[in-house]
Amino acid sequence: MKPARALAAVIALLAATGCSRIEPWVKPYEREAIADPIMAWDRDPVSSSYMRHVYESREGARGASGASGGGCGCN
Amino acid sequence: MQLIRRAALLLLVPLAAHAGVLPEDRADLMYHYYDGGGVTIDGPSLLVRKKFAEKYAVNASYYVDMVSSASIDVITTASEYSEERTQYGVGFEYLRGKVTYAASFSNSSENDYDADTASVSVSQDMFGDLTTVALSFTRGWDDVTRHGDPAFADSIDRRIYGVDISQIATKRLILGFSYEAITEEGFLNNPYRQVRYVDPDAALGYSYEFERYPRTRTGNAFSLRARWYLPYRAALQADYRFYNDTWEISSSTAEVAYTHPFGEQWTFDVHYRFHDQDAAEFYSDLFPRENFQNFLARDKELATMQSHTLGFGVAYEFKPSRFDFLGKAAINLKYDRIHFDYDDFRDLRTTGVAPGTEPLYDFDANVVRLFFSGWF
Repeated sequence: MKPARALAAVIALLAATGCSRIEPWVKPYEREAIADPIMAWDRDPVSSSYMRHVYESREGARGASGASGGGCGCN
Repeated sequence: MQLIRRAALLLLVPLAAHAGVLPEDRADLMYHYYDGGGVTIDGPSLLVRKKFAEKYAVNASYYVDMVSSASIDVITTASEYSEERTQYGVGFEYLRGKVTYAASFSNSSENDYDADTASVSVSQDMFGDLTTVALSFTRGWDDVTRHGDPAFADSIDRRIYGVDISQIATKRLILGFSYEAITEEGFLNNPYRQVRYVDPDAALGYSYEFERYPRTRTGNAFSLRARWYLPYRAALQADYRFYNDTWEISSSTAEVAYTHPFGEQWTFDVHYRFHDQDAAEFYSDLFPRENFQNFLARDKELATMQSHTLGFGVAYEFKPSRFDFLGKAAINLKYDRIHFDYDDFRDLRTTGVAPGTEPLYDFDANVVRLFFSGWF
């Protein structure tokens, strides 16, 4: 299969998947524990951004700290 | 003197686009304190977030570092100094359906370094709100100058591309994945720092020359994390990050954290973090001769090193009776002890021994954050 056809097939597959609704296996009413404030990835941004700064100033690695991450979908 | 630079660019840019829900109205006022390796840094930090009509949110931040440095680099090649760095940031978020759009800008300035950073991100909830995907892009523009050298001026252009996925796996488990590609071009070394090389004519057996870095650097960082809600009300988190770049620095960072609330008012945290990295390919503690190669570095940040952190935190939440506009408030105290250990960076305070046989350097740092949080 030529690359262009393969790409078209992948896009078509993705489009077809997008039409069928994926049933959430954790229902909204089952997210009490997940929604607890102690489950937040970043409970105190003012403190965690400071600690990233402390490490990135003293180590050679940086990035992918999850700071720009998403929420828990608990609304 | 650019002690803190680069990394500060991402500091306090509250880019986080939390799809589907905007951050709470909240203000944090923090005092931060760092003491380690002859360097003391402290100052205030303020972060305020406010939303409107459940669709829009704005945030503003202010941060100051007051630095007093007599670090190992400073006492072996320069003079003790003090300086101040100030950073301002603003951000905006717009929530539309399950998509959150965010933009932010920050400026950081010190007497010989100025940095502007702009970020945009888009975040979406999908698959029944079990999955949140965020894409982000950051641009940075830095201006570098050097004290006592008005002829020197250079710049750095930085781009960061990020993907972040948060996934509810079970009723009690959330998983996270992040990837960032960071590209930088420009003057990437510290204009004051020097490397040492073997010099039989020198009294110490070595002399110094200024370091020289490549003008480009591209890094990739991948991280995975998981947070469990335990059978009783407490949370356990594990994180792992892998990083490598075109300077041949490669590192692994792992962390475990435990959060335990007591009653409605107290929350305790404890965590341990371990970081291990290989040196940059052009790093050496002692070069064989002057101008030994095109690129030269003796920055301990680029050395083969490990760090260990043990940290504790306590938060006390209460309803302030005097300030009716605050729904709740919290006092937080966090303390971290970090041990930095170097495999190829030597302590040059020891003299009278053959160059390259000085003891290896290590130091401990104490990091404190004391902050007040108010929800309104």
